[in-house]
Amino acid sequence: MEAGALTPRRALTPVERLREAANRRPAAAAAVILGVIVVVLVASQGLHDVAQTGLTGLSLGAVYALGAVGLTLVYAILRLVNFAHGDFLTFGAYMAYLVNVTWGMPLILGIFFAMATTALLGIFLERVMWGPMRARGAGVLQLILMSLGLALVIRYVIQYIWSTEIRFLDVDVTSTVNILGLQIGQTKLIVIGVGVVVLMATGLMLRYALLGKRMRALADNLELAETAGIDTSRVILWTWIFAGGLAGLAGVMAAEVTDIRPELGFTLLLPIFAAVLLGGIGDAFGALAGGLVLGVVIEWSTLLIDARWKTFIGFVILILVLLIRPQGIFGRARSI
Amino acid sequence: MTGALPFDPVFAVTFESFTDPEFWTSVGILAGTYVILTLGLQMNVGYTGIINFGQAGFMAIGAYSMAVLTTGGPEGDGLINFWLSLPLSVLITVAFGLLVGLPSLRLRADYFAIATIAFAEAVRLFALNARSLTGGNQGLFGFATDWDSVSSTIEGWINSIGWSDPPTLFPLLLVVWIVAVILTVVLRLLQNTPWGRVLRAVREDEDAARALGKNAFAYKLQSLAIAATLGAIAGWFLAINLNFVNPTEFEPIVTFVGFGILILGGLASYWGVTFGAIVFWFLFEGLRFIDLPLEEVQIASLRYVIVGLVLILLMAFRPQGLFGKREEMVLGD
Repeated sequence: MEAGALTPRRALTPVERLREAANRRPAAAAAVILGVIVVVLVASQGLHDVAQTGLTGLSLGAVYALGAVGLTLVYAILRLVNFAHGDFLTFGAYMAYLVNVTWGMPLILGIFFAMATTALLGIFLERVMWGPMRARGAGVLQLILMSLGLALVIRYVIQYIWSTEIRFLDVDVTSTVNILGLQIGQTKLIVIGVGVVVLMATGLMLRYALLGKRMRALADNLELAETAGIDTSRVILWTWIFAGGLAGLAGVMAAEVTDIRPELGFTLLLPIFAAVLLGGIGDAFGALAGGLVLGVVIEWSTLLIDARWKTFIGFVILILVLLIRPQGIFGRARSI
Repeated sequence: MTGALPFDPVFAVTFESFTDPEFWTSVGILAGTYVILTLGLQMNVGYTGIINFGQAGFMAIGAYSMAVLTTGGPEGDGLINFWLSLPLSVLITVAFGLLVGLPSLRLRADYFAIATIAFAEAVRLFALNARSLTGGNQGLFGFATDWDSVSSTIEGWINSIGWSDPPTLFPLLLVVWIVAVILTVVLRLLQNTPWGRVLRAVREDEDAARALGKNAFAYKLQSLAIAATLGAIAGWFLAINLNFVNPTEFEPIVTFVGFGILILGGLASYWGVTFGAIVFWFLFEGLRFIDLPLEEVQIASLRYVIVGLVLILLMAFRPQGLFGKREEMVLGD
């Protein structure tokens, strides 16, 4: 009976066949699950509500995705789980506040300023902290706890300067736009638009530009990339510029749709981690998709249960991903 | 709510408090509570090599299950006896620890860190939102009346040996520290058993331990269950000390401060935890009395900036902590 390999392979039950197919094409399986959720929601809640919350969810998802791409790039190339990444977002938000409100200049200048300064912060930290620590061969625990200390320093320096007062950017939050019968705040629409454009540009850069190819080479094998003649320290610097710039932008966009407070980034950090893991840690395209999906699904949950559970739902999704598919939907755990 | 001091139970301190025994008693209780929760981190990080970022979640489950079982929820009128709720709350916490550990301990160290912090935040957000069970952000009160009678008994003993007016919370201080010391001794003894040696083998080289026929996963799970137990006990004391449970007491910063204490005292050293907790809390609270021309929120922020800087500098220059053994520094690549 127990002849193992010798017995002819028995026919698979439909459930097993389904599971096998899902493991072969996880992205397709995820799309199917998402599709089923959409159909069920539309059938029970009506098309309008689903589309409306989905659109709102996209603005949140764009923030997650922008944050997640930077976090996952840093992980892929430097093997650093950066718990201070959320506070990069906070930093960006306050930099935009400085330009937009304190100095009274247009928001667009604030956005550029936030991206530039957060990128500079990334470079600065690479020079004084991460670079030297890598050279010394620091372990996982050392780097994680350093990033944790850094998170506290950034957050509380910001709180020292700007106190715990809740602040707002000088943006128009009242006027709304009508698209196909759906209402969305002008600001949120801009957030979605900017997010999608920047994310697509980043995606194209990673895929086709020389820098993107070099980044992927580093992510595959840093030593090998160095042997192949790639100037790794330059690529690492650019990685921080991208991670910082995108985080700064994400922070400003989070500030546009909600408000600014010192814990802004830290509360976004775990949803961003969820987006990263959903897409497969180290996978930039995955992080992008993961962020958008997460934002939309969280918003859809408000159709079924009270909106105060929103953040909790985000964590439940994160935990479920870790339980069911820790390598993420796309399952290429070690590539960018 | 300033939002600056989510877990700081020592409110409204004036400069006169510097000589106030009541104030330092509170600090001492806090230090003792942190010894207990950090012992769990020491077991996980220092002796097993797993990064548990969810200790605040275990504390929350311990404290809330004690409070809910005793009061029966915000509208309830008592469910079970306070003393019975203590072991039950530990059992509940351990059950959650196993639930978290079973799937996530198979993952890499960095995934496990993310999984545990997500778990802890999920617990806190549940406590914040499940209002009919936990009272939401109002919290729960009135679960520790049985403790109060014990406290006055202990106060009677203290009076009888000739100290007429000890600080109000002095009995709690005594009990917290007795428990902390007993737990430290027990853990040290445990570490010297064959079980403890296998645990360290798992930390050093999981594959080698497995090759010797040891079930590394089971050992890690047991280590997490012990940390959950210690978290639950620390949760009781936090709740009894404040006389209420509230979600803000269990923010991730609690775990992070625990890690600060752990590193300060040194990895792979149980007595180091005691040292770390005392030094941390007396410095942290003592910093209030440096007369700076700053606003309250600025001083509060500054204290956390210092915590962060100390964490960064220790990790950079002395990763084994002040009293840790260099050869036991764990989780290198």
